[in-house]
Amino acid sequence: MAEVSVRDVSKRFGATAALDGVSMDFADGGFCALLGPSGSGKTTLLRVIAGFVAPDAGAILIGGRSVARTPVEKRDIGFMFQNYALFPNMSVAENVGFGLRARKVGAAAERRRVAEALALVRLDGLGDRRPHALSGGQKQRVALARAFVTNPQVLLLDEPLSALDKALRVEMQSELKRIQREIGITTIFVTHDQEEALTLADRVGILREGRLIETGAPREVYNAPSTVFAARFLGDANIFEGRAEGAVLRLPDGTAVRIPPGSDGAAAFAVRPENMRVSLAPPDAPGVDSVRGDLVQRVFAGAMTTCVVTVCGRPMKIVAPDREVADLPEAGPVWVSWDRARMMAIPHP
Amino acid sequence: MREGGGWLSRLGVAWLWAVLAFLYAPIVVMALMSFNASPFYQLPFAFSTRWYADLWANAEIRAAALRSLVIAATTTAIATALGCAAALALFRYAFRGKALLQALLFPPIAIPWLITGTAMLIFFFGVGLGRGAPAVLIGHVALALPYVVIVVNARLASFDPTLEEAARSLGASPWMVARRVTLPWMAPGVVAGALFAFAVSFDQFVVSYFLARPGDATLPVLIYTSIRKGFTPEINAVSTIVIGVSMAALLAAARFSNFGGRR
Repeated sequence: MAEVSVRDVSKRFGATAALDGVSMDFADGGFCALLGPSGSGKTTLLRVIAGFVAPDAGAILIGGRSVARTPVEKRDIGFMFQNYALFPNMSVAENVGFGLRARKVGAAAERRRVAEALALVRLDGLGDRRPHALSGGQKQRVALARAFVTNPQVLLLDEPLSALDKALRVEMQSELKRIQREIGITTIFVTHDQEEALTLADRVGILREGRLIETGAPREVYNAPSTVFAARFLGDANIFEGRAEGAVLRLPDGTAVRIPPGSDGAAAFAVRPENMRVSLAPPDAPGVDSVRGDLVQRVFAGAMTTCVVTVCGRPMKIVAPDREVADLPEAGPVWVSWDRARMMAIPHP
Repeated sequence: MREGGGWLSRLGVAWLWAVLAFLYAPIVVMALMSFNASPFYQLPFAFSTRWYADLWANAEIRAAALRSLVIAATTTAIATALGCAAALALFRYAFRGKALLQALLFPPIAIPWLITGTAMLIFFFGVGLGRGAPAVLIGHVALALPYVVIVVNARLASFDPTLEEAARSLGASPWMVARRVTLPWMAPGVVAGALFAFAVSFDQFVVSYFLARPGDATLPVLIYTSIRKGFTPEINAVSTIVIGVSMAALLAAARFSNFGGRR
């Protein structure tokens, strides 16, 4: 177990910069999610840390030591592949024991540790099965056990749950969290699923076009994103962009919206969909602001209903418990309101 | 296949048997005659292993058979090693001219052996090697190599390279990755390729005939020259053995490479 540091790492593939000056520290024993749309460089960053890809510039430190000259097999990592990459010619126990055999721990220790790892992922008794005789969820557990059984310095997971269907994915998320907490290995995992990142990680890093644009604890990044991209990518966000004039933000069409003080000039603010309300009349409460809008769509999805309202020519999304919006017409003029304290100033729009 | 079936499917099955009979009837007749006591194909059939005993006593044929086996075994070893290395390189690396190289692997299989043999003879004299056992061996390896590369390449095409990455990430040395992950996957292709190489060399007549000196004839060459001198039922016996060995090799190869349909 060790902390991992990425220092100013760049990597180009032909004309495209897959990674562009990325620096990030991963705490010892932490569970960090690298999040970003496809092509943002998140998998490349994971593969650079693992040693599958050599960076053009920059350094990777594992436990404070540069691994520039250390090949993959000597980095003492655990890597879990999106397709699991289980060895088809070996049983489950042989798959899990592969890394132990490479480390020459001896047959008795190998048997014991394989059994422990299989118990931890709740696959006791399946050691003799072949990978093709396993379900998707079982394969995923075998791949995970194989990656952590050697007790590596760092566990790297590449979209570990994306091949599972939704119900199984949710179940495996809590399993993964439990296992990571029990073994306490520094874990870095790549995902494009923001909900998964928020659920699992104690720290997230958001990548965009090869740059790390935001890091922090999930709640911190969710509640105070520093860029419009991060606000939109992590959860949904309704953005107000315009010119700040004291306590008022002037939108392009002239509408004035009250804002928390402290901004001047071009500015952007965001409100989460769940922090907005839709009503037929503007609510009259202290600290609550509202603007006129045009309800264009109302989508019922069980517990919550999503309303799409056009405000100043731009669509905004509002998520509310269905009982609150059940009385609204299907479409027509409405008011969108929010608590001013819930308005997030975006420092780098 | 559908269960039961009407007259049409019975006709189909009958047709299949007819085709097989057409293909195998001469071979079966030859094999039967190799066990017939009469030297002049006279019936009734009288079972005898006389010709096989004669064969065993014939030092010339034994020497040729041994030579054929040694050449086939050596060809198999060399062609399999070179072919596997080539298939791995084609699979693993991207380099200039790779597509051309891959395309050029197939035509030698289609070029008539007579032409290949003539070309080799001219070439070997040109470079001063001439005829003889080394020329035969080089010729056989050259003929067998494309088969090995194609069969092993086909097997590797379905290999998932992340398996190698997984093994490395688990701390396996390059040797351990090869021995425990890559080679086990390649194995059926390697065995099939080796058996093809063996069959190509062991059955080889034209190239051997062109490149072998009179003193070091292989079994097929010896059979040919014996027939020209005068036919004896011994030839039936030796041909039966050659066919048996070659068919065993090819059937095994088909089994390993799944060419003969799924088991």
